Amino acid sequence: MSDTHAKTVSFVRTEMLPEKAPPITSIGPIAWARENLFSGPINTIITLLSLAFIYLILSILLPWMFSNTWSATSLRECREMTGTDHGSACWGVIRERWEQILFGFYPQEERWRPILALVLLIVAIAPILFTAVPRKVLWLSAIYPFLMPWLLWGGTIWLPVMVALGFVIAYLIVRFGEDLIGSLGSMVGAVAAAVIWWLFLASPIANAFASVLPLALETVGSREFGGLLLSITIGVVAIGLSLPIGIVLALGRQSDLLIVKTICVGFIEFIRGVPLITLLFVASTLLNIFLPPGTSFDIILRVIIMVTLFSAAYMAEVIRGGLAALPKGQYEGGDSLGLNYWQAQRLIIMPQALKISIPGIVSTFIGLFKDTTLVSIIGLLDPIGLATAIRADSDWIGVLWELYGFIALLFFVICFGMSRYSMYLERKLKTSH
Amino acid sequence: MTTLTDPPKDSFRLSMLLYDTRYRSMTIQVIALLGFSAFVWWLIGNTAQNLSDLGKEPSFRFLGEPAGYDINQRLIEYNSQSSHFRAAMVGVLNTLVIAFLGCILATVLGVAIGVLRLSKNWIVARIMTVYVEMFRNVPVLLWIVLAMAILIETLPAPNAFRGDTPSASMILNSVAITNRGIFMPAPSFTTELVSSSVAWWLVIGVFVASVLGVRYVRKSATATQNATGVRPTTWYLQLGILFVPMAILLLVLGLQWTSPELKGFNFKGGLHLRNSLIALWLALSFYTAAFIAENVRSGIMAIAKGQSEAAGALGLRPNRIMSLVVLPQALRVIIPPLISQYLNLTKNSSLAIAVGYMDITGTLMGISLNQTGRELETLLLGMLIYLTISLIISTVMNVYNSRMQLSER
Repeated sequence: MSDTHAKTVSFVRTEMLPEKAPPITSIGPIAWARENLFSGPINTIITLLSLAFIYLILSILLPWMFSNTWSATSLRECREMTGTDHGSACWGVIRERWEQILFGFYPQEERWRPILALVLLIVAIAPILFTAVPRKVLWLSAIYPFLMPWLLWGGTIWLPVMVALGFVIAYLIVRFGEDLIGSLGSMVGAVAAAVIWWLFLASPIANAFASVLPLALETVGSREFGGLLLSITIGVVAIGLSLPIGIVLALGRQSDLLIVKTICVGFIEFIRGVPLITLLFVASTLLNIFLPPGTSFDIILRVIIMVTLFSAAYMAEVIRGGLAALPKGQYEGGDSLGLNYWQAQRLIIMPQALKISIPGIVSTFIGLFKDTTLVSIIGLLDPIGLATAIRADSDWIGVLWELYGFIALLFFVICFGMSRYSMYLERKLKTSH
Repeated sequence: MTTLTDPPKDSFRLSMLLYDTRYRSMTIQVIALLGFSAFVWWLIGNTAQNLSDLGKEPSFRFLGEPAGYDINQRLIEYNSQSSHFRAAMVGVLNTLVIAFLGCILATVLGVAIGVLRLSKNWIVARIMTVYVEMFRNVPVLLWIVLAMAILIETLPAPNAFRGDTPSASMILNSVAITNRGIFMPAPSFTTELVSSSVAWWLVIGVFVASVLGVRYVRKSATATQNATGVRPTTWYLQLGILFVPMAILLLVLGLQWTSPELKGFNFKGGLHLRNSLIALWLALSFYTAAFIAENVRSGIMAIAKGQSEAAGALGLRPNRIMSLVVLPQALRVIIPPLISQYLNLTKNSSLAIAVGYMDITGTLMGISLNQTGRELETLLLGMLIYLTISLIISTVMNVYNSRMQLSER
């Protein structure tokens, strides 16, 4: 066959040619640019306009940013150094005040404490955030809630130890009392014992221990807290407390018990209907009026209480969404296995519902952290409150972009990090295909 | 006859309150109710005790007393002799103004950015991503304060408009953008027939009537199209209905514009938009727009790709595909989160107090609170007002939502 073919046709190539590279216009960066940037006349115009816009921004931003004014001690000095009025940044204000923006008026020699608290916080939440971290670190997570207030506010170590002991007592009663007085009795007994311990015994015993073995850090008053330290303190405590309260509220809202449901719905809708700033006004002017005469506690604690209640209501709605999204078969499956309400919630419903609501939970966290800046309106010195104070300083009147840019960057890094983490978690927890 | 599944009919025992599921829920509810009532009782008791210790008696009589302070941005008549109640009303109206303006601008920006984020043009999509991330991850209070500072520090002072060679000039000789706000020409009526407030109501009435008329024309055009297959040309009719009655009315009323003029240290006359309003408006809108953009984007992405491919197969152009096929369907997904963004914007408008815009937080819960010392009453009233506003917005938007939803048989 091939012979005859070779005779009738004058020339036939007998071997395959090597593949040619595709034309330069259909692969590589040029093709990509043609596809994505210059696919038509309108697109080309838009691309060129966008490039011009980016060039404009950068041509203003870069010379402004790279100005060597780190050593200036006042805005006047900056202007003299650069010779222009607005064309270049005055970084002296950041060099002089960055510690204040981070720590507020926290005493200089005690600043290792908030830093240590932050490092320990990262270590303590690592096993919760990432499964690769060894499980033993969870012990640190358990004692961290008692360690953090001691590190930040100082005072004797025995008080947090005694408070923690209350939980230990309650746990022991539940663990070993079950055989003696039944599960319900041990539950009630544990709560009662813990409350009695905290109200009447913890403080005198702590004082007694403190007089025998004084292990104390220097006390730092709440008024000295400020800057990002204040934001992170309020944010972390409120985040930590609002999640369990939010879960309870969400379960209450979903329950069949009419009265419990009404109370939860009323609370959630009231809180979600008013702005946070009104709740902060309540914290600053009104909260003491609601409490027994003579009680007065510190403004940061009051703010934390109100912020926690606020974010708990939002958290409850997010978790309710997760609960509602679960197929009914999951609830029925739990029932048919003979689990009671709490067992079913703990083993079947909550792990799935929380997983579904992770994006919502993280965005509530981000919103809460951003909302901590509102405390500057009731006179606490968070970064924005400090910026206002710095701008009122005669040396730095007129400083604008440097200061707010720095603060915006701090918040951006933290919030953006949280949102990226939420995406990572969503990918990791995705069990469908 | 009894079957095995019938519950045993024993007499009621006390332990059944705990161990029988039929009664346990009742036990829990009664305990919850008792606990809640005790808590509320405790709060009220404490409050009464504390207030009587302070020598205060809760009463809302202060609302009728003269407020004694001035409000520079107001929609209704108000002076320092007006009552605290009047001041609160001014504040409520200012809150509604900023919420209304903010919702409109945020929606326009948000939809545009959300659509552009999905653009095939790589660079545009990236710019919009940067915008969204930048605004979403920085507190709104910082944007508000920064916007206010920028307006005050970078715009020219009224003084710069003075002299033979001024360093700043008015746009079209009528609008002055200064660091004290924007001064614009103000419309007014020269007619003697009716008072000016009646004239304004007439203008609003005619406008609403024209819009309704245009809607009627469109509806009948659609009806004709459905019946005959040909849509009658009605654009000149629509334009006429929209503009002719309004023009006649304005001519009769004698509309005139008063331009602001530089007198003394500041501009006088015309309409003065204060910096506080502009800063708050822009900051809230840009911030909320970033969130709305994300809602719009996820709404569009929720529409199956087959829809836009089918529209493309029918020969529609990309922008017609977006406006006729994708967006109307995406709207159903977008509206519920949009409602909560509107509510957020309204609640965030309470941050007006940071730039001195006198909304309800600034008047009732700010100066009135400080002057009368009635924290409980003012805060309670303020919260109730915000609750009412939130409730109204969510009701209206929910009605709209249920009208937009797919009606299935």
